[in-house]
Amino acid sequence: MGIHWYLVVSALIFCIGAGGVLTRRNPLVILLCLELMLNAANLALVAFARAHGDMGGQIFALLVMVVAACEVAVGLGLVVAIYRRRLPIDVDDLRELQG
Amino acid sequence: MSLTTYAWLVLAFPLAGAVLIGLTFRALPSRVHGWLGTLAILLSFLSALGMLNALDGRQVTSVAWDYANTLGVDAQVSILIDPLSVLMCLVVAGVSTLIHLYSVAYMGGDRGYTRFFALLNFFVFSMLLLVLAGNFLLVIVGWAFVAAASTFLISFWYRRATATAAGLKAFIVQVIGDVGLVLGAFFVFKGTGTLDFLKAFNAVDHSFTVNQPELVAACILLLVGAFAKSAQVPLHTWLPDAMEGPTPVSALIHAATMVTAGVYLIARLHPLFEHAPDAAAVGAIIGCVTLLIAATIGLVVTDLKRVIAYSTMSQIGYMIMAVSSAAYAAGMFHLMTHAFFKALLFMAAGSVISAMGGVQDLNKMGGFRKAMPFTFGCMVIGGLALSGIPPFSGFFSKDEILSLEFERGGWHAILGVAGYLGAFLTAIYTFRMIFRAFMGPMSPEASELAHGHLYHAPEPTNPATGEVEDTDVGFPGPEHHIAERAAPMKVAMGALALLAIVGGFLQVPGVSSELHHFLEPTFHDSTYYASLEPSTSSEWIGLVIGAVIGLSGIGVAWTIWGKGGTAAVYQARLGALHKFFVNKWYFDEAFDVLLVRPAAWLGRFASTTFERLFVNGLLVGGSSGLVRALSAAVRGVQSGYLRYYAALLLIGLTGLSAYFLISA
Repeated sequence: MGIHWYLVVSALIFCIGAGGVLTRRNPLVILLCLELMLNAANLALVAFARAHGDMGGQIFALLVMVVAACEVAVGLGLVVAIYRRRLPIDVDDLRELQG
Repeated sequence: MSLTTYAWLVLAFPLAGAVLIGLTFRALPSRVHGWLGTLAILLSFLSALGMLNALDGRQVTSVAWDYANTLGVDAQVSILIDPLSVLMCLVVAGVSTLIHLYSVAYMGGDRGYTRFFALLNFFVFSMLLLVLAGNFLLVIVGWAFVAAASTFLISFWYRRATATAAGLKAFIVQVIGDVGLVLGAFFVFKGTGTLDFLKAFNAVDHSFTVNQPELVAACILLLVGAFAKSAQVPLHTWLPDAMEGPTPVSALIHAATMVTAGVYLIARLHPLFEHAPDAAAVGAIIGCVTLLIAATIGLVVTDLKRVIAYSTMSQIGYMIMAVSSAAYAAGMFHLMTHAFFKALLFMAAGSVISAMGGVQDLNKMGGFRKAMPFTFGCMVIGGLALSGIPPFSGFFSKDEILSLEFERGGWHAILGVAGYLGAFLTAIYTFRMIFRAFMGPMSPEASELAHGHLYHAPEPTNPATGEVEDTDVGFPGPEHHIAERAAPMKVAMGALALLAIVGGFLQVPGVSSELHHFLEPTFHDSTYYASLEPSTSSEWIGLVIGAVIGLSGIGVAWTIWGKGGTAAVYQARLGALHKFFVNKWYFDEAFDVLLVRPAAWLGRFASTTFERLFVNGLLVGGSSGLVRALSAAVRGVQSGYLRYYAALLLIGLTGLSAYFLISA
């Protein structure tokens, strides 16, 4: 079995994640969708690593997981902070940084 | 004491005097300051005599300290002591001493008495610095000091608008001259690599070829400096206006200091000018033109002091013509005799103006001969010397210049002829002035003085505009002083009258040539100095012609003005010419049209159109507008919508990836 199907699945998951990030307004869901995108990238990395017989891709996938864990920690922390301040849990309403 | 000690003392005394008077203006009564200032200049003159005694025909450079020595420029505070500078020091310090003495009495009633003497001492110090300077740098310093001091003194009555305007005019013209002098010095430095006078003179022969354009340019720029200081056409317009200053200042500017600086500069830099004959020719021709123009204006001016001012301009024209034609000793001789009789004329004029209660208009004067016999005698002696009547001093000096012009031959002979024409006009305007002030029917002021009472105006006015003034500081004081009643004035005028009579015997053709021998060491490198020697017989022919011309000029003046007549007939017959002369050949008007108005128009254009449209509109408004437009565009992107940013990120990344995929 070639590498193609892995890549197709990876691309599908990435697009689903990206679509979710762009369309959903709940920050929790956006974080979930971000995870989807990262994992899609991980899948592609591991697939390429296998295809080329190079362990670099696998190592990178591990690194991405670490980064994802950090990002989730920060992101969930932000969501909790938003909740505690009784701000709307809606990214479209949180636009004070408008130029 | 050694020669150099004397030379530094010559400089030190007037400077110390100026500083001392300036610092003690509250501590000492003002009367003391007048005598203190006079004493300082007298000591300076005695030091100059010491220099003369110790000189022994040498050229000595004395360095006080190295001001800066870097990048091949060796700027020293050095003075050059040689016969030329010693002669100038003697004339400057000697005549200035007498002018100070005169001022002690003449300025007696003025509220600015102390300030006057501090400035007067500073003026003399500046001139002595200029004269003794041993390099271009120091001469520039002296040059600028003289300009500044003259401005302060011309504007001495600083609450008079006309006086401050005249001071400004003098300063602006002087700055033009300063620029010329500095640029000329740069050219010389570029060619010879040194600022020192003697080194530059030695280097000039192998640094420049004869009439090399750089050297001619340098000399012409130096001439611009000399013309501005010496009031030569076309930079002469400040000189008549400088008459706004007190009369002793006029005497100082015109006789001893300032206007002779240009003559001295050309004589001092004679190796440069002899190496650039084209530039020297420019100097000689301008001098000749000036002497004629000034003489014609002198014929019609009705302000007593301005007649003498124009005669100064004319006589300086003779000197510039002489030193530019390599007649150095003759030029310096005339400079010396002129200093005597011109100071004398100004002092006598000051006495007359005092008797008139400050009025300077010749039309209002008359008949002072009986009332002021001493002043009249001094004025006549000065006038005879100025007109070149034997045996007065101006007779020998002026005719020596002219005979040397003929001896040079070629086109210089034309200058000589013009010089004789100028001498004729000189005699006419000088005695026109004397006859109008002293002969004819008595003016009310003169008859009042004849009855023993000195006239004082009911309320002080500005003689130029008729504006009413007070007599507080910044205006002339309430009292006037005439020579007949003030001993210091009498002593000063008597001494100068004596000098004006005997000064000419220093150099009588065939009898004595003291000055020529004395100045020999300075001009030993001149190609003309020794060889340009007219025969005694031709000089005596010149003297006779000069005497006849002078006497006939006086005769003309006598027939017109001698018995209280006027020149109305001639004015009517030569109306256009008279108007032309009265308006001073329209020099002021020409400058106004050619320089002042274009400059003013340019200024208006810059302030209204250029400033408003280009600077405010395009530069300031343009740059701020650009920043504002750009920031507005950038601000539009910052919507604050998180999803919008994500979309941009995605699109951007997709675009980049697509680009790399396709290009790969």
